[in-house]
Amino acid sequence: MNGFANLQWTNGVMIMVGCVLLYLGIKKNMEPLLLIPIGFGAILVNIPLAGMMEPEGLFRYFYEAGVLTEIFPCLIFVGIGAMTDFGPLLENPRILLLGGAGQFGIFLTLLLALLLGFTQLEAVAVGVIGACDGPTAIYVTSKYAPHLLGAVSVAAYCYMAMVPIIQPPIMRALTSVEERKIVMTYKKKSISRSAKVLFPITVTLVTCLIAPMGTPLMGMLMLGNLLRESGVADRLVKASQNEIANIVTLLLGISIGATMAGPVFLKPQTLMVLGLGLLAISLDTAAGIFLAKLMKILSGGKINPLIGAAGISAFPMSARVVQAEGQKANRKNYLLMHAMGANTGGQIGSVLAASVMLSLLQGMGII
Amino acid sequence: MTNLEFGLTLTVVGISGTMFILFLITLVIDALNKFFPPGAKGKGE
Repeated sequence: MNGFANLQWTNGVMIMVGCVLLYLGIKKNMEPLLLIPIGFGAILVNIPLAGMMEPEGLFRYFYEAGVLTEIFPCLIFVGIGAMTDFGPLLENPRILLLGGAGQFGIFLTLLLALLLGFTQLEAVAVGVIGACDGPTAIYVTSKYAPHLLGAVSVAAYCYMAMVPIIQPPIMRALTSVEERKIVMTYKKKSISRSAKVLFPITVTLVTCLIAPMGTPLMGMLMLGNLLRESGVADRLVKASQNEIANIVTLLLGISIGATMAGPVFLKPQTLMVLGLGLLAISLDTAAGIFLAKLMKILSGGKINPLIGAAGISAFPMSARVVQAEGQKANRKNYLLMHAMGANTGGQIGSVLAASVMLSLLQGMGII
Repeated sequence: MTNLEFGLTLTVVGISGTMFILFLITLVIDALNKFFPPGAKGKGE
């Protein structure tokens, strides 16, 4: 009774996949906080006879306690909210609409997934990769298509890390040189502390009353932000940003890796999920740029369409990509703060899109 | 409901619902900035 005698080819392939994820995380520094525990978890779960995901196995406890109960992604959202400064968004609220356009890929990919034979709830889980937001993707998938959790999570986190590779060609293809050169000036506006404190409270009330199924996600994101902006809960802010976020990230990564057992993960469906995930993020980028082009026309040429690409939730990477592309076109252009506004808008937009989808599914009697 | 009907319903209502709620949030932000301007006594940054 040893592992070698019971090792199947699917286990062997997944151990190698785990090693690739470790390489990407360690050597290439791609989302290492997630890819290292995911990769090592994938290796461990594919050791035959170890029983890591069997009833009473170590990974089974993490998975049932944190993933099936939705606790892990919600706790990570508290940390994200505590780390996010919505100031650039509050200075220029119209930018929030780019955060909505940056979620179009979710729905368009959902349609395509249905056409390719995924079930309705599987298509929802695949589409939500386009939210470019790990916790949201994990929340939706673990609840409604848990057998796809490994593929969706790996796709979501890998593609988030690859945003600097995925987005620039799309940005250049959809904008002209003249458009990329448009200079957007930035003048910092003061936002009152009261506005910053009331923002998370009012956003929670508005969004959760309209789309109640998103309350766990939006509520936790805004709780984290409220702790930050209140200025009186420094210990909780630091704990949310550090200890809680780090511990949960570790356990979440292990739990995702635990779903990558060979016989479960190695299916044609997994490759389709990976391909559709890439499409979702590409469509998000394109839709954001098209809306920014429309805003450029309506503003009389003051908006640089590049900032539309920052409407996805990959914060702050996407904003930095926009800044870099803007600088390549025109060294005098400093798009970072405008892109940061769009990027934080994308964080709200991604959670909101998932909330609207889940509320619709509930209204349709599907969940 | 067929898969196509499901997908189109979710897409149309999902996109428009998301954009509408985001638009409402922009109005909320405008109201917050108007009623709680920076530098007001006891309420400034």
